[in-house]
Amino acid sequence: MFADLLGRLHLSDFQHDMIATGGQLSIVFGILGIVGLLFYLKRWKWLWREWLTSQDPKKIGVMYIIVAFVMLIRGLGDTMLLRTQQATSVGNSHGILTSDHFQQIFSAHGTLMIFFVAMGLMFGLINLILPLQIGARDVAFPFLNSVSFWLFAAGMGLVNLSLIVGEFSAAGWLAYPPLSGIALSPGVGVDYWIWSLQIAGVGSLLSGVNFLVTILKMRAPGMTLMKMPIFVWSVLGSMTLIVFAFPFLTGALALLGLDRTIGTHFFTSDLGGNPMMYVNLIWAWGHPEVYVLVLPAFGIYSEVVATFARKRLFGYTSMVYALASITVLAFLVWLHHFFTMGAGANVNTFFGIMTAVIAIPTGVKVFNWLFTMYRGQIHFKTPMMWFLAFVVTFTIGGAAGVLMSIPAADFQLHNTLFLVAHFHTMIVGGVLFGYFAGFSYWFPKIFGFRLNERLGRYALYSWLVGFVLAFVPLYILGIMGATRRLDHYDASLGWQWLFIIAAIGALTILLGVGFQVAQLVVSIITRYDNRDLTGDPWDGRTLEWSISSPAPVYNFAVIPTVTDRDAFWESKQSEAVKLPPVYTDIVLPKNTGMGVIIAGFAFLFGFAIIWHIWWLMVIALFGIIGSMIVRASDDDTEEVITADEVARIEIAAAQRSVL
Amino acid sequence: MSHKLSAEQVQFDTDKTIFGFWVYILTDCVLFASLFATYAVLRNGTAGGPSGAELFNMPYVLVETLLLLTSSFTSGMALLAATKRNKSATLMWLGITFALGTIFVGMELHEFSNLVQDGNSWRRSGFLSAFFTLVGAHGLHITAGLLWLVALVQQVVQKGFTSGTLKRLQLFSLFWHFLDIVWIFIFTIVYLIGVVKV
Repeated sequence: MFADLLGRLHLSDFQHDMIATGGQLSIVFGILGIVGLLFYLKRWKWLWREWLTSQDPKKIGVMYIIVAFVMLIRGLGDTMLLRTQQATSVGNSHGILTSDHFQQIFSAHGTLMIFFVAMGLMFGLINLILPLQIGARDVAFPFLNSVSFWLFAAGMGLVNLSLIVGEFSAAGWLAYPPLSGIALSPGVGVDYWIWSLQIAGVGSLLSGVNFLVTILKMRAPGMTLMKMPIFVWSVLGSMTLIVFAFPFLTGALALLGLDRTIGTHFFTSDLGGNPMMYVNLIWAWGHPEVYVLVLPAFGIYSEVVATFARKRLFGYTSMVYALASITVLAFLVWLHHFFTMGAGANVNTFFGIMTAVIAIPTGVKVFNWLFTMYRGQIHFKTPMMWFLAFVVTFTIGGAAGVLMSIPAADFQLHNTLFLVAHFHTMIVGGVLFGYFAGFSYWFPKIFGFRLNERLGRYALYSWLVGFVLAFVPLYILGIMGATRRLDHYDASLGWQWLFIIAAIGALTILLGVGFQVAQLVVSIITRYDNRDLTGDPWDGRTLEWSISSPAPVYNFAVIPTVTDRDAFWESKQSEAVKLPPVYTDIVLPKNTGMGVIIAGFAFLFGFAIIWHIWWLMVIALFGIIGSMIVRASDDDTEEVITADEVARIEIAAAQRSVL
Repeated sequence: MSHKLSAEQVQFDTDKTIFGFWVYILTDCVLFASLFATYAVLRNGTAGGPSGAELFNMPYVLVETLLLLTSSFTSGMALLAATKRNKSATLMWLGITFALGTIFVGMELHEFSNLVQDGNSWRRSGFLSAFFTLVGAHGLHITAGLLWLVALVQQVVQKGFTSGTLKRLQLFSLFWHFLDIVWIFIFTIVYLIGVVKV
């Protein structure tokens, strides 16, 4: 009787083999260590008041980036296991992992890297910088923003919980049925996958709505659409994609969940179900998702290249049109993920052509960046170096993509390591390098000091060399016929040396992450010497550089009026006498723990469904609804910073910059 | 409250929220689009079981439809009464909307339970899975709307017409009309086309 109360959950679900136990223990001890440290330093109240309940997008952004970075390290841990397995599991040797564990690891690796690393870094940087770039004090819906972050964190929590209790999905990062159906995956793994993504996905959807409204409604006076910084344009494109694409993810996950939990027949092979419908739905989200991630990275590169070439961005208008056309085309190519499905020659031709066409606006962007550098005074700071690394790798990866857009070629390359190499080139060389560039570029604005340049360059070199070593062998292996997700192969194939090189590449990337950690530590220790007193460390062009570093909680003491593109650069050039500012009271949202509470209930809700603990599910559902009603009835959600207080903060910042 | 916002700030806040709500409705439209597309693909996947033509009771569904359309009208009347700051009329119209919505959900549940009792549950075939999920997703939205309505009535009773409650009344009205439109698509695509014999 009592056992029934816990649904499918049994004591044996806590027991794992040796390597999984290692992961389990590292998470448990990691959490215990953090908790212990907080007690030791008596920082709980501080953490709750200053961070967890904060509605300030800058702090929410920092929390996103912390989560993303921790998950990057976990995702790389998975990489090391996968690479070790593939380098050693040949002939008579079967490597270090069982097949099932290998499958769980590559599924977790993809899920973590896309949803919790790339998305986390993206939303982190958007939160940090977007309001500053449009001259706003906040996002459109600050409370919603906090809920979004905490839903993201709850999803992340569920993925990692699967390491401790139960198992993770072994059905790949997109969990195609019928493999992911209840008949072939009877365990809780796929349910963990579904509910962690469902919860985090709803958070992303709400963020998309929030930032879309922020950009369209909250810009400073005078900032017309064509005067927006290009990063803002790129985020507008990305958020539009989220708003149109993420509901497909919600739908597909819900239907797969229904199939698994209450026995519907959407994607089963029998009783009228259609597994290919799932593949269509998931890619109707999945392909736009790629552009959700890469568009803001394009925006960051555009800001970085203009700043460090000391030139206005070349071809602003064409850049905007390129972004907009990529946004539209993103919805017209999803079928290229399954040319081999058998949709027929005409359908494949259409999607093949649309896919190839995306290379045109992307090419426009690459040339715009190159022409921005032409005859500029290029300053080779870390963000610029990440940009240069990106241009080369991204162009190679893009060319591989155009190659695969031809259905006939895709039939050969489908499901091989060539494809794996291609999308890693785009996601690592395109997305990740962009967010690293943005991170080092905007770091001083948020923390008030610069990151160490030397260690930053070491990190970049390690990442770049490691990247080439890790993925060029995969292109070759793919052409040689190595399919993805292999946990064992025959020695006579002669693949092992390539897999060993790839493993060395992964190790080199790990070294790069080591340098990034070292860079952060060293920069924090030497922060006094690297302080950014002017608020404009790179001789920047856009509004975020016009205020002091670290940015004050209200962002702008006086909302700026914009007359031109590169508003701050123009005001630096102008000879006009600047009038002393007149400060007024500023209204900001009060801190609230409701975001944490709602997401906490959402976490319990997901956990309860995964383990079929129905009473807990009902409680969690009522918890979510009740919290929302309580929050909606609360009218006292704002507080005022008086004009005197604003003046005091501003004058203190001004005095710092004179020193 | 320790501060007063100017009328302009209140107006800006309301406009911003309503615009944001439109964007949310857009996302919900896409969600329903994915369910409609799935229904369209699985419509003929009856696996030897009954099709829509054999299951649907059109007069019954027509009554449901008329109830829901009327509730959309009454929610509009509630909003009109609210703009005139007429509290008792607002509450009355909201009450009628709630009653009509509740009857609608009740009728839908009755229809579902009849189907399940006859052995035609969502487990029977892909077609029935898609039917229950699409119509049920709409029903869940209506149920959520009813819960929202209860909270809203409580706020109007307690606080009267503040900028907050007026804003939420407008949002609720948008939500309710939106669900009405989705139902019209369900009525057409699921029920009307479902009973047409080809």
